[in-house]
Amino acid sequence: MYVAVKGGEAAIDAAHAWLAEERRGDPSVAELGLDQIREQLGLAVDRVMAEASLHDPDLAALALKQAQGDVIEAVFLLRAYRTTLPRLAASLPVDTAKMAVERRISATFKDLPGGQILGPTYDYTHRLLDFALAAEGGEVPAAPKAKPGEGAMPRVLELLAGEGLMEREAPPEDETGPVPDLTREPLSFPAGRPLRLQAMARGDEGFLLALGYSTQRGYGRNHPFAGEIRQGEVSVEVEVPELGFAIDIGDIVLTECQSVNQFKGDATRPAQFTRGYGLVFGRGERKAMAMALVDRALRAEELGEAVQGPAQDEEFVLSHADNVEASGFVQHLKLPHYVDFQAELQLVRALRAKALKEAAE
Amino acid sequence: MTEERRCWLAVLARAPGAELEAAVAAAVAPPCRVVRAAETGLVMVRGRAGGTGERFNLGEMTASRCTVTDDEGRLGVGWIAGRDKRKAEMVARLDLLLQRPDGAGLRARVVAPLAAHQAAARDTRAAKAAATRVDFFTMVRGDV
Repeated sequence: MYVAVKGGEAAIDAAHAWLAEERRGDPSVAELGLDQIREQLGLAVDRVMAEASLHDPDLAALALKQAQGDVIEAVFLLRAYRTTLPRLAASLPVDTAKMAVERRISATFKDLPGGQILGPTYDYTHRLLDFALAAEGGEVPAAPKAKPGEGAMPRVLELLAGEGLMEREAPPEDETGPVPDLTREPLSFPAGRPLRLQAMARGDEGFLLALGYSTQRGYGRNHPFAGEIRQGEVSVEVEVPELGFAIDIGDIVLTECQSVNQFKGDATRPAQFTRGYGLVFGRGERKAMAMALVDRALRAEELGEAVQGPAQDEEFVLSHADNVEASGFVQHLKLPHYVDFQAELQLVRALRAKALKEAAE
Repeated sequence: MTEERRCWLAVLARAPGAELEAAVAAAVAPPCRVVRAAETGLVMVRGRAGGTGERFNLGEMTASRCTVTDDEGRLGVGWIAGRDKRKAEMVARLDLLLQRPDGAGLRARVVAPLAAHQAAARDTRAAKAAATRVDFFTMVRGDV
């Protein structure tokens, strides 16, 4: 347990003044603008928004600048800011089938309606440092354009569901009830899938990535395929009571991953494919994939599979996915624990004195 | 009317604040009262498990809203993504003007060009995406 202490104001002020100076770095180097961070470090901005669970690119850019690029610190800043704002409404569920698709790939079907769209991806790059980027002022050639296909881009998994080979994800008949929200009520277990998806959507990417990886290595195997990954803008609609219809308030970029997994069937259900689902703010493909793996792993009990790995344990995953909570509890160890430690020191000294005395006798 | 209004509100929500401000300044506007002052808050964005299943809370976004009215009792509503309260108010004022009998002129002058600009930006991205469309070939084993 830590204790309250007083004093140190001058030292704290000096520390923060120095921090501000360090943050600025060499003053002969031009200062970063928020627009530069938003436009040129967009994936960092996306990650901060996803893990802060607050979509606002300008604020995320500010948080990154203030935190000197420390993503978890930036997430913390945005979470703290969020608590100052009232909740105006909840949106209608976003319709990812109507996404303005920038990227859409499937590892399960080569030919699919709408085609495979690579989008602005790092896949197929050689991961060689590009020293041309070190020289400033280079003009970027315009990306090529082509005529978009006429047809729709149906969800890949619906093609399987049409044949009865894939489980259907249908909404419950009655949707008048509230949607569970972990920002309003503390988590309790079993949490259920809506809360699991919320917790993972705001969870730490590294944590989910490691857990997803663990399922592939045998800690709760579930044999996934990347059924479909899609990325692009979706519109957000809000039901406005005084109007009686929903208003489209703007677009946000989302990444969605649907995994396809085996299910051998049971007494009531024939063998079919099941799915894991990942949906995150921004261009967060790695995280969306990891989330889909862990979502499917967490359905083990529902699907009658043995629970053997940490990724299948709802309480383990949900209790440790949040990086602000995790960081707070780990870092609280540096707060003054002087009294606790004095007690332990006394105890160890007493034990040693006793042992020495006994040895001497 | 409702569908048209939904469309212009969607276009205005995506437009730059400065352009809306200019449009309001240029319009011959009858007196209008603020019913609910512009405010910024959060909208909880929802998704569905598997894209089509049970609803869940994905995360919040900043949003701003404002409501205005005129002497004839119309309500002008502005709801936009982000924290630009002034823009929310401009959307509400324009929404009010667009509902008036003489709103068609304003639609042609303000909403139509904004909509065209937004559609062009969307088409450009779609065209870039289309250029990255691939055909994968599967190698038959023993064929290489």
